[in-house]
Amino acid sequence: MSETILEMRGITKTFPGVKALQDVNLDVREAEIHAIVGENGAGKSTLMKVLSGVYPAGSYDGQIVYKGQEQHFKSIRDSEHVGIVIIHQELALVPLLSIAENIFLGNEQAKAGIVDWDETRDGARKLLSMVGLKEDPDTLVTNIGVGKQQLVEIAKALSKEVKLLILDEPTASLSEKDSAALLDLLVEFRRQGITSILISHKLNEISKVADRITVIRDGRTIETMNKEQISEDRIITSMVGRSLDDRYPGRTPQIGEVVFEVKNWSVYHPQHRDRQVIKNIDINIRKGEVVGIAGLMGSGRTEFAMSLFGKSYGQKISGEVFLHGKKVDTSSVGKAVSHGIAYATEDRKTYGLNLIDHIKHNTTLANLAGVSKFGVIDDMAEMDVANDYRKRTNIRSSSVYQVTGNLSGGNQQKVVLSKWLFANPEVLILDEPTRGIDVGAKYEIYTIINQLAAQGKAILVISSEMPELLGITDRLYVMNEGRMVGEMPTAEASQEKIMRAIVRAEGKAS
Amino acid sequence: MTTETAPSGITATGEKVKVQELSVWGALQANMRDYGLMLALILIMLFFQYFTNGVLFKPVNLTNIILQNSYIIVMALGMLLVIVAGHIDLSVGSVSGFVGALAAMLMVGWRFPPELAFLANPFVAGAICIVVGAVIGAAQGYLIAYHKIPSFIVTLAGMLIFKGLSLAILAGKSVGPFPAEFQLLSAGFIPDLIGPTTLVAASEGVQPLVLHTTSLVIAIIGVVAMIGFAIHGRSRRKARGYESEPFGLFVAKNLVIAAIVLFFGYMLASYRGLPNVLVVMALLIALFVFITKRMTFGRRIYALGGNLKAAALSGIKTERLTFYVFAIMGALAALAGMIYAARLNSATPKAGQGLELDVIASVFIGGASALGGVGAVAGAVIGAFIMGVMNNGMSIMGVNIDWQQMIKGIVLLAAVFFDLYNKNKA
Repeated sequence: MSETILEMRGITKTFPGVKALQDVNLDVREAEIHAIVGENGAGKSTLMKVLSGVYPAGSYDGQIVYKGQEQHFKSIRDSEHVGIVIIHQELALVPLLSIAENIFLGNEQAKAGIVDWDETRDGARKLLSMVGLKEDPDTLVTNIGVGKQQLVEIAKALSKEVKLLILDEPTASLSEKDSAALLDLLVEFRRQGITSILISHKLNEISKVADRITVIRDGRTIETMNKEQISEDRIITSMVGRSLDDRYPGRTPQIGEVVFEVKNWSVYHPQHRDRQVIKNIDINIRKGEVVGIAGLMGSGRTEFAMSLFGKSYGQKISGEVFLHGKKVDTSSVGKAVSHGIAYATEDRKTYGLNLIDHIKHNTTLANLAGVSKFGVIDDMAEMDVANDYRKRTNIRSSSVYQVTGNLSGGNQQKVVLSKWLFANPEVLILDEPTRGIDVGAKYEIYTIINQLAAQGKAILVISSEMPELLGITDRLYVMNEGRMVGEMPTAEASQEKIMRAIVRAEGKAS
Repeated sequence: MTTETAPSGITATGEKVKVQELSVWGALQANMRDYGLMLALILIMLFFQYFTNGVLFKPVNLTNIILQNSYIIVMALGMLLVIVAGHIDLSVGSVSGFVGALAAMLMVGWRFPPELAFLANPFVAGAICIVVGAVIGAAQGYLIAYHKIPSFIVTLAGMLIFKGLSLAILAGKSVGPFPAEFQLLSAGFIPDLIGPTTLVAASEGVQPLVLHTTSLVIAIIGVVAMIGFAIHGRSRRKARGYESEPFGLFVAKNLVIAAIVLFFGYMLASYRGLPNVLVVMALLIALFVFITKRMTFGRRIYALGGNLKAAALSGIKTERLTFYVFAIMGALAALAGMIYAARLNSATPKAGQGLELDVIASVFIGGASALGGVGAVAGAVIGAFIMGVMNNGMSIMGVNIDWQQMIKGIVLLAAVFFDLYNKNKA
């Protein structure tokens, strides 16, 4: 058995209101491929950020022992200095610089501040051949595909004399061929003595290359399996094995006729005309029904919802939307809203709120007509509305004049909900309505969802947290790689069943 | 200046939402920014009053300050919308110069055949100029809004193009003088409907003091209307329990503003009365305050500048809105160009050049954010007056133009620094 290169002991990391990691232990041996799996939000990325110094020493509890020495990384530079390099999900390359320039960015081959271009190109060529990329080092990064960009990132890591390479979902946006090549490369690195930590959702890939697997759930280490013990079944059970307690308010569903129906919906990627992101989706929602869409990150759930909502995502959108059996035009956000469709975004800071303005103005933004006549706002009516919704959604703030940027995540989410509730929709699409908010606020949001369903609204909930979907929905769709790969009444669903639907679809795709 | 004060102390459980009255100090702090700016203007005026040996507050000079800055203020109104929307317009100086040139050519430069002679009529020509300005703004807005070309680039190009165009249509010469009606735009005063009142007759060794009563009456009506609106608004808020401003502060604030307005009204009345352009300006300011504070159109501009994506996902037609904002800016630049030309009584190829910088500086001194989403009409107007009073005061003091430029630059920097410092502290 080879030596331990890295040991993380009792790592605990808290954010305001959330315990992201709780007493996590991880040991990684020299020259192995160690996979880390877990649901979205389980704490994998947080753990890697702790390791690489993104969260500096002191901001977490616990010990990091690397090559037998305790480490206190204050920044990424410190961890890179000892040979730990992390490659993030979103690549950190500068698109309009060349491959060679990117590889040596921040580590320029220069003397006295003057770049030695011959050395840069030679060095880049050597590194590119190591990762098996046949490209001219002078090619701009923007001109090569995502798969090759990933290899450039790895070449960049190699240039820093990497000993421990961390890859966060490296194959999430790669084609199968590129993914296979990347995994082969990791195997080759293992032969050369480079250790890799691989974070991935793709269980088939992991079982192919990983030597050991650590499962993280709810910010805790569940177990570490050896190669012989690895099976998809065991991973799935370990990943989702958590009990449903009373974290979800109860309700008696009263479900009526079909209100909202989407038929044969297809969408292409906004930049790549040929890449079909959403493939012939059919769904329907009934009156008073809460329907969930389960699926992993990158399965196309948000893209589907946003393309439905006024073509806010993608191009070459085709398909039909029916409301009460009548075909409706949702080609602009204004039209979608006027037909009674609302979409509350997963990313409230970027797409949901005007963070520099206060609660009152954010609440009425999607339905200014509701507080105005002939384009003139009735400020008293607006005050009434803002105070009313602040109370109904239980927003904790000093007044409706509090700037939304200063609110906590949960309260921001309630402002987003208030905005859409005031628009009085019939169909409400909630994209990750509880992402990044604490348990108490989650409960309040579930309660609001229940109230809306009781009022006869049709609700579609997109969530990466399967227990949440199982806890609050009546029926579930399972989505994978732009397709609906399963549909089941929640009463008959389980996390294993959902995971199986996804994994089965993965198997078919590959 | 603002009726929206930040109330506090709403109880989350209270059945009827009541707003507690703030303390006087709390209310002052909540509106620190607005009062601070006003105070800065008053201090700057007092400073120059002292250092110009009392020239600054002479009726003739006050009239001058208004005439000198009217076109800046008119453009600052449009620029406020542009900057709040998250854009910039560098072309306004050149566009105003071009429209001034166009006005001159229409009225005196071109010889129209008899059937088209109506085009030279000052009112027809004026209307044409406003439309041309709006079309120019709309064209730039179209490229910015629908083709996503950065406004900085589009309007930089516009600045060069219209600088060249005004040189071209004037053939490099000054064209003037304008018909008398047109000159009234900048040189005219409110006619004396109620005869002037002679307070002190001319006699040996004594300056005569004739008061233009009509102008003073208009100022008084304005003050009464303003106080009326303030009381009405307060009682409406009181009735719903949304008033937070202490009564004492409310009275004091309105009395101070009324006193200031009446003082300036009296000063202007004792010279030649209210300038026509001041009336135009006052109406425009009132309109833009209303647009930004009370109209959905204005609210949407703030949302657009605050978070473009969130605004679009709330159903706001962000492209169309941007387009309108630039069209309005163009129309205002046209009006400013005509005021400028009427004031000089001729159109010159150099007219308007560099004005965009004063306009943009006014808006930023007035507290607008370069990132968009923040800014107020009142702030932009006060910002313009701060710049204007400094120009005027330093000129009277005989400060060299090089120093004037440096001092103005420092004041702009200091104002924005102070603003950000306060914001970060909060």
